[in-house]
Amino acid sequence: MELLAFGKTGWGDELFYATLMTIAVSITAMLIGFLFALIFTPLKLSKYKSLNLIGNFYTTVIRGVPELLVIYLFFFGGSGAIMFVASMFGYYEYIEINAFITGSFAIGIISGAYSTEVFRGAIQSIDKGQFEAAKVLGIKKYIQFYKIILPQMLRLAIPNLSNVWQITLKDTSLISVTGLVEIMRQSYIAAGSTRDPLFFYSFAAVLYLLLTFLSMKLINKLEIKYSRGF
Amino acid sequence: MDLELMINSFPKLLNATVVTLKLLSLSLFFGLFIGLLFAVMRMSKNLIINKFAYGYSYLFRGTPLLVQIFIIYFGFGQIELIRESFLWVILKEPYWCAIIAFALNTGAYTSEILRSAFQTIKKGYIEAGKSLGISSKIIFYKIQIPIAIRQSLPAYGNEIILMLKGTSLASTVTLMDLTGVAKYIISTTFKPIEVFIVAGSIYLFMTFIIHNLIKFLERKYNY
Repeated sequence: MELLAFGKTGWGDELFYATLMTIAVSITAMLIGFLFALIFTPLKLSKYKSLNLIGNFYTTVIRGVPELLVIYLFFFGGSGAIMFVASMFGYYEYIEINAFITGSFAIGIISGAYSTEVFRGAIQSIDKGQFEAAKVLGIKKYIQFYKIILPQMLRLAIPNLSNVWQITLKDTSLISVTGLVEIMRQSYIAAGSTRDPLFFYSFAAVLYLLLTFLSMKLINKLEIKYSRGF
Repeated sequence: MDLELMINSFPKLLNATVVTLKLLSLSLFFGLFIGLLFAVMRMSKNLIINKFAYGYSYLFRGTPLLVQIFIIYFGFGQIELIRESFLWVILKEPYWCAIIAFALNTGAYTSEILRSAFQTIKKGYIEAGKSLGISSKIIFYKIQIPIAIRQSLPAYGNEIILMLKGTSLASTVTLMDLTGVAKYIISTTFKPIEVFIVAGSIYLFMTFIIHNLIKFLERKYNY
């Protein structure tokens, strides 16, 4: 227990901040994932074959390649890509991107592929009559989306999105390979300096279980909120 | 684009794919038995056995695979009792540590897949078997298991693909699997995109094969 003391004698405060970091990366990655889903879901549902192809390429490649490989691509290739773009604007200095941004982006792209599939499934399972009725009533396209399609879609999507959240949360442990100090990295550091890996990795497992447990409780509340009236 | 690097790294990555496939097949093999065992335990009426199986699957599905590997590889070596026992022969090898972690992990997911498959079997099938005077053991092996296998094929196919991606974590415990070698080439040449394309294509090819194999089996065992 002394190992978990707060302050200079123990690892309690370090692990606490590391847990906050895991939560921050997970939420950022999930939001970046939603942005990707916002772009790729319409592409997958489009009438045009070529747009479908782009959407399918994204979801198939990301879901078929290991997360770790994607992270390595961003970790090693991220600053290179930024420097390439910067060089087009005449900036040739070395640019290093922060591990938080690289990590959230890598996990966000992965999470986005899963979210895209969830949204596509949810939209496709909405009754065609809903779209037609809205059209007949002369409701504008975006109001139709926000007031009719989106509320119904969310009800169907939330249970699956909670799975995506769980996957995203667990995937953040992989960013530890890039040196970002989240739960896994902090446990690695603590295990190395105290020579007590069993304790610290088990404690990391407990922290992850706690996070999944608490977020499930929260999501269940959302689920009840969005399924009212059914 | 450095085409030469892509061509040169291809055979190295293909060699590493053998390691990945070995890890995958061994962990799936052991995972299937673990999954079946825990699925049967989950359906048990004994509350202690039932809760134990539930706790197992909750624990392994709620924590990242990376934590599980690290606990087994770095953590278990710390216990004196294990280091002195025969288990140390196995647990000092990163290869077997990775397989144990993968098998336990996929076992947890497989148990959930099989449990839901068993539960969707219509009561009528079992009752029909009983009324024909078939013993409950044979009902389990000849009626419940074949139906459950067919029911769980699509979900199990997904699990195989997830496990294929999971084997990439073996590279974190010094194993040179496909991802491990890809990382090594990237960090020595600093050409991440080229290596990603080659290694990613190999992974995608394997996913493609697994996906179609499962589809073929689904059609074959359709009823």
